[in-house]
Amino acid sequence: MEKDYSRLWTLFKSMFVLSAGTFGGGFVIVSLMKKKYVEELKWLEEDEMLDVTAITQSAPGPLPVNASVIIGYRIAGVVGSLTAIFGTILPPMVIISVISLFYEHFRTDSYVATALQVMRAGVAAVIFDVVLNLAGNVVKTGRILYMTMMVVAFVAAYLFDVSAMIIIFICLGIGLVDLFLVLKNKKGKVIKTENKTISNKKGRV
Amino acid sequence: MLLVKLFFSFIWVGLFSVGGGYAAIPLIQEQIVTIHKLMTMEEFSDLVTVAEMTPGPISINSATFVGMRTAGVYGVLLCTVGCIIPSFCICLTLAHYYYKYRTVSGVQIVLGSLRPAVVALIASAGASILMLGLFQAELHDIVFRHIRIVELGIFIGALVILRKYKVNAITIILGSGIVGTLVYGLTGAI
Repeated sequence: MEKDYSRLWTLFKSMFVLSAGTFGGGFVIVSLMKKKYVEELKWLEEDEMLDVTAITQSAPGPLPVNASVIIGYRIAGVVGSLTAIFGTILPPMVIISVISLFYEHFRTDSYVATALQVMRAGVAAVIFDVVLNLAGNVVKTGRILYMTMMVVAFVAAYLFDVSAMIIIFICLGIGLVDLFLVLKNKKGKVIKTENKTISNKKGRV
Repeated sequence: MLLVKLFFSFIWVGLFSVGGGYAAIPLIQEQIVTIHKLMTMEEFSDLVTVAEMTPGPISINSATFVGMRTAGVYGVLLCTVGCIIPSFCICLTLAHYYYKYRTVSGVQIVLGSLRPAVVALIASAGASILMLGLFQAELHDIVFRHIRIVELGIFIGALVILRKYKVNAITIILGSGIVGTLVYGLTGAI
């Protein structure tokens, strides 16, 4: 029981710090969560973190909150989810409440503006560090299909502003076709298919 | 009555903002400015600026800002809770099924094809932020002469430190803010 509380406290504390220190969109915080929960605390596997990101991106609502719900659930069930959400939303609630009272001043302060501008360079460095590790692992799978998908998805997202939802759904489609081909090749061999939804989807492909 | 309105407006926003924080902005505008007339368009554009400049998810930031300006602390609580209720229910369900079935080989194959996409999306977000940092412009408006040397130095320095040593990400981000502001401050550029 003692250990449970200390895990919950670590979960709350780390979500709080990540949320308080993260400027920019949801993918920034995902990079930081990956560094924290996969590399530092080793609570999650790397693949798991990517799956969680795909799920959070496909569900409605703010990405960091969605990720907190799932990671919290993984660590300590529903109580973990609530703890993680609380850690994530507390810093913005406090900071914005204070700022909203005198935002005219905050908005025009040139030191604040400069600090926020240069911090982008630091944020970009953190994201690139995470991306280098992740892309390395995709290359390590040795599958040309995955490497091509990664490059095409990047070009689509960055150069052509294709929305993340569309990219994820197209890749989901490719995954289902891939699954169908694998199942076809393994005809005769028994494959564990307890999952009804997957076998239904296979039928549709 | 106001509180009830706020609460349901933000449940609506939370439920339909699919695909990142920016998706929430037009929904909030519709609910708060157009339908309920709780804020003017001017106040709303300030909201967007503040929400982007401060840490935290944009929709939570906006919920807090709207709540505080229209109904004080209770407003903050109700807007924020409303905004996360849909996320909480939907993601908890998805998490439950994910952990139940993730070891099934068929599910593994499908998830495997999503991973390269997620890596690409993270990289794309990183590239956008880098361009904003180095050129203060979006990709299509970049002029290479306008590259900002201080930010470029900070980016390279930070990346080298991250690759070589195990440094906490928050330390790197706050550190770059401090170093950059000092450099600009000392050279009289602010």
